[in-house]
Amino acid sequence: MKRVLTVLLVMLLALALTVGCGGQQTPAPSGEEGETIKVGFVYIGPPGDGGYTYAHDQGRLYLEKELGDKVQTIYKESVPEDQESEKVMRDMIDQGCKIIFATSFGYMDYVEKVAKEFPDVAFMHCSGYKLGPNYGNYFGRIEEPRYLSGIVAGLKTETNVIGYVAAFNIPEVVRGINAFTLGVRSVNPDAVVKVKWTNTWYDPTKEKNAAIALLDEGADIIAQHQDTAGPQVAAQERGAFSVGYNSDMSAMAPKAYMTAPVWNWGPYYVEQVKAVMDGTWKPEAYWGGMKDGIVELAPLTENAPEGAQEAVDEVKAKILSGEFNVFAGPIKDQSGEVKVPEGSIVSDEEQLAMDWFVEGVIGEIEK
Amino acid sequence: MQFRVVKKPEISQKQYFLIMLAAITLALLTSGLFILLLGFNPLGVYASMIQGAFGSAYRIEQTIVAAVPLIIISLGVAIAFKMKFWNIGGEGQVIMGAFFASFLALNYQHLSRPLLLLLMVVAGFIGGALWGLIPAFLKAKWDTNETIVTLMLNYIALKWVTYLQYGPWKDPASLGFPKIANFTENAILPKLFGVHIGWVIALILVVIMYIFMNYSKKGFEIAVLGESINTARYAGINIFRTILFTMFLSGGLCGLAGMIQASAVINTLSVEVAGGVGFTAIITAWLGALKPHWIVVVSVLFAAMVQGGSYIQTAFGISAASASIIQAMILFFVLGSDFFTKYKVVIGSSLPADRKGAK
Repeated sequence: MKRVLTVLLVMLLALALTVGCGGQQTPAPSGEEGETIKVGFVYIGPPGDGGYTYAHDQGRLYLEKELGDKVQTIYKESVPEDQESEKVMRDMIDQGCKIIFATSFGYMDYVEKVAKEFPDVAFMHCSGYKLGPNYGNYFGRIEEPRYLSGIVAGLKTETNVIGYVAAFNIPEVVRGINAFTLGVRSVNPDAVVKVKWTNTWYDPTKEKNAAIALLDEGADIIAQHQDTAGPQVAAQERGAFSVGYNSDMSAMAPKAYMTAPVWNWGPYYVEQVKAVMDGTWKPEAYWGGMKDGIVELAPLTENAPEGAQEAVDEVKAKILSGEFNVFAGPIKDQSGEVKVPEGSIVSDEEQLAMDWFVEGVIGEIEK
Repeated sequence: MQFRVVKKPEISQKQYFLIMLAAITLALLTSGLFILLLGFNPLGVYASMIQGAFGSAYRIEQTIVAAVPLIIISLGVAIAFKMKFWNIGGEGQVIMGAFFASFLALNYQHLSRPLLLLLMVVAGFIGGALWGLIPAFLKAKWDTNETIVTLMLNYIALKWVTYLQYGPWKDPASLGFPKIANFTENAILPKLFGVHIGWVIALILVVIMYIFMNYSKKGFEIAVLGESINTARYAGINIFRTILFTMFLSGGLCGLAGMIQASAVINTLSVEVAGGVGFTAIITAWLGALKPHWIVVVSVLFAAMVQGGSYIQTAFGISAASASIIQAMILFFVLGSDFFTKYKVVIGSSLPADRKGAK
């Protein structure tokens, strides 16, 4: 098969020629110049998802804006939560990254594995719980704004059935459902929250279909723990209302969207990168709340019910002052038994392993 | 005026060379236009792709890691293609091989490392081989369409592993996240020169398959059967057994690749264990003209293209979808040019001169 060889040689030649010509014109995109620190972001979806990854990417852009040419960022989008994420992190380190932000839960074991091999690189894993000499984790108490969004939904619902499109039955998502339901029932004790699992973070079609199924089952409001606005769109198409997640989703479903618990990663990213540059960085398990500014409730739109703003503001003030904790007892579980007695609070450790639903949730946690 | 497609006589090497040269030039120009549309310098992007694939020892290692499964699976499907048995089921055979090997890795960790790995290699081969025997048996016995059967068996294998990952094999320590527990060190292939020893296995298999296809009686029988079933019958070849044997081998090689991926690359079983490589290998086997040594070259180049495509995403911020489009455009022209090496397009309403007399 000499002809195949010829072809391949030509391919190589052609490529080599382009390298030769291209080399001088374009500055090497991965070159290390000066004191610039290179930061790599690993994303679960594309920055255009209008949700979770979008929020992280806004944080990345904020970082670039704040630190100017002292920082160079690169990112890889749509990285699955398997061995591919390990390779992506290695690739980024090969390209000179000194800091890696891995922004999805399933990257956790791979972060740990790669971090152990590269002690000089700082790793920060979003939403996980592993901590080591050069790797930490960070997240926010999104439960606080989620509780507030529950108040809005609880006041709005007429059928007293609220649909909740949920990703994976891991503690992070379970916690969010519980906080939301507690918020709903704080203003509307008759309302229930129906949960549908999609087993995906990012799949616009699947998420949308789950929302449609919930609407068919009588829900008139859709809330979500998903990365895209698919469920919001479903709610709008059916003339129902919705609570978003991750970032302001009003543009995607202007007639349905009421509010959303949202992330504000930028300031945290700036702080961490600065700390690494100053040599003061220490891995930590960061879990900021509304008072730290890392999570907040997006402004209520005109779709929100009357009186919601006042009700939200009242509780928000108590959260900011530390007077109110979302997971303070008494809290009953699905069977109606008191799980958290009056006067006690679900500890952080228990929250990180939460595997039970509060009263008012209709759904199951498969184990 | 009309276009007609006419089969060409065997073309000279020079013609072949020219056609391919044209294809590659067109590929680079077209995807260059696309890159320009995205707002980047095409030459810079192409240069980066090569840098990303071969620019450092680490990147070369990664390119080899990506090439290993391509080589082994290409060898597997090539032997079936040689018999004109269209095995589109490499993906599923990879998955079943990985499943068999993972069963041992997860349940027999107490065995010594060499023994466990050896058993996993055998199990991986058998897993893929059994999955390959199903369409072979159906074809040999009832002449079913193997393209459809092998294709559909992929999805059965994939959903089987999905079931395991989300159900009975889910790691209880993962707090509900659907993931199978990682293998222990015992079940992970060691490294040699920075890359897991799958590359050594791949090279050994290339040599074995080269000898098998060119110098063994069985290899010859497979080729004869591929050329003409009647010739094979007259020559006294046992067709039933040859089909079964070939697919046992073909599926087995794919299964072995699955074992290597699970053990050395993922360190566990997952729905992504094959990740489409079983389909990609069909392209590389074909571009490598079903010859083991050319399969190696094509697979490495293909892996380099994928690595380069991945690199430009981070280097330029090109989206994953755009990088795929660039890769697909290059492939489209290279594969498409194959047509022009066998056929030519004639413009005009009349029959070619050499056919006129016959009419």
